[in-house]
Amino acid sequence: MSAVGERNDLGLTAWDRYRILTSYRTIAMVGLSTNYYNASSFAAIYLDANGYEIIPVNPVQAGKAEILGKKVHASLEEAAQDHHIEIVDVFRPAAEAPELARQAVAIGAKVFWCQLGVISEEAAEIARAGGLEVVMDRCCKIEHARFFGGLRTIGLNTGVVTSRLAMKLPER
Amino acid sequence: MGEKSGAKEFGFDTLAVHAGQRPDPVTGARAVPIYQTGAYVFEDADHAANLFALQRFGNIYSRIMNPTVAVFEERMAALENGIGALATASGQAAQFITLFTLMQSGDEFVSSSTLYGGSFQQFDVSFRKLGINARFVDASDLDSWRGAITDKTKCLYAEIMGNPKIDVLDIEGVAKIAHDAGVPLVVDNTFASPYLCRPLDWGADIVVHSATKFIYHDLRFFEYFGDFGWLMKARAEMLRDYGPTMQPFAAFLLLQGLETLHVRMDRHVANAQKVAEFLEQHPAVEYVNYPGLRSNRYHELAKKYLPKGAGSIFTFGIKGGREAGKRCIEAVQLFSHVANVGDAKSLIIHPGSTTHQQLNDEELRAAGIGPELIRVSIGIEDLEDILWDLEQALAKSQAGAPEPAAVSPNGDAQAGHSILSKAFGAPYQK
Repeated sequence: MSAVGERNDLGLTAWDRYRILTSYRTIAMVGLSTNYYNASSFAAIYLDANGYEIIPVNPVQAGKAEILGKKVHASLEEAAQDHHIEIVDVFRPAAEAPELARQAVAIGAKVFWCQLGVISEEAAEIARAGGLEVVMDRCCKIEHARFFGGLRTIGLNTGVVTSRLAMKLPER
Repeated sequence: MGEKSGAKEFGFDTLAVHAGQRPDPVTGARAVPIYQTGAYVFEDADHAANLFALQRFGNIYSRIMNPTVAVFEERMAALENGIGALATASGQAAQFITLFTLMQSGDEFVSSSTLYGGSFQQFDVSFRKLGINARFVDASDLDSWRGAITDKTKCLYAEIMGNPKIDVLDIEGVAKIAHDAGVPLVVDNTFASPYLCRPLDWGADIVVHSATKFIYHDLRFFEYFGDFGWLMKARAEMLRDYGPTMQPFAAFLLLQGLETLHVRMDRHVANAQKVAEFLEQHPAVEYVNYPGLRSNRYHELAKKYLPKGAGSIFTFGIKGGREAGKRCIEAVQLFSHVANVGDAKSLIIHPGSTTHQQLNDEELRAAGIGPELIRVSIGIEDLEDILWDLEQALAKSQAGAPEPAAVSPNGDAQAGHSILSKAFGAPYQK
């Protein structure tokens, strides 16, 4: 299918991503920028506004800046001391992904998610071996908007066909 | 919702009925609500700021997006197997937005010469005023496409079936030439509709439609699909700045049309095939340009790109030239004499005196039109009735002196006692 963003088999099925995004609520964003117009900021602002808890992880900015009014952590390990992290969302080059996958396993995360363009088979194997689900080359924001209406405001082909009433995040 | 059913890829017919629409979250309305609003209230200042920065999704202003129009856009994108779509106020506006998103003053594009007359005029006259140079080629000659490409070329453009020559585009062949040159291929898919052909599946990059044809006759529209960045630029810059926006009510009507597209198209092509075969053996007909006929030079291309049927719009040459053509058109009863195609009703026209009258003789010949050429768009009436009307009109066309146009279906017309008198129950006095 040519639904927007469905360009390879690296991101599980769309409905697997739906299950992930409705099962978990705490997302550590590794490499989240302090630049308001960076793509990672677009994703963070959107997900924060839609009820997710965003945990910024950025060793360069840790201790110097806040993002979305939140403390920036130097590492996943440090972030895990304050939060129960469910999804690790990687905004870093693929070469850094295997190490981040090891850390994601170590902190007991449920999902190892690599953003658009970030593809690492090695990292995927590490994460899966550690019991995590793996999504690669996909954007959390786009996948959320695929199901919860955002993409539909601008005529994009979500690939979602349903006669059910509007989908909502389950209450926790 | 079950994950298994959710993961299923639904078929074309299902998408035609469902894609893009989810029941209204506020009211539960099953029909697509018509959101006849210009503006949308923001939640708070941050929400507004985020929307304008495109950091969050949401409606801002109906010139740029509207929930009713968005349903139509997504459904068209799903049916064409594209990533998204943009609806505009007319087919001409769709072409303008498409090409202006790809080009600016000083650029060139290569187009098939067999185009709808209005498109030819837009490219050949109005675009030149804006500094964009169209180079016209014979769509069926791949070498002519290659030869017309320069370092200024920004895209290639063609109709799926050229109007009125009905030459089927070799999409794969022309797409390869476009991609070798590093430019996109734009295909006007109006004559096929996505039910008969999906050009994106064959390598085209953008598809444009006039949606007032098979999609919903009697309104006028259109749009496209393709690369995400290009699509956003078309919406956030071109639609915003130039403003040829589709109205919500129009989108609602087009959606009603789309729901039955697959059902109607089957009947359109079945009727068209039979009518073309009827005309091909008719003594008053010189030739028939219908790619569904084995004798047609585009038959092999039609079998490849249009396996469900070669559309329902085609042309034929009537014996007796211009005068016989006029008599035929003036003698039809069921066929409507209109400058349109793709209606549920059967339509007929003489291009040389209407849609293509702005072309000079040389351009007319280049577009494959002779004075004897008649274009028909076969509707979904009873096949027997369509054939009856053509038979009686062809007979009159060859008879010489014109006769009154109005004849009852039973053939018992009397002088001064027209079809109107049948309708109103009393002789109609002129």
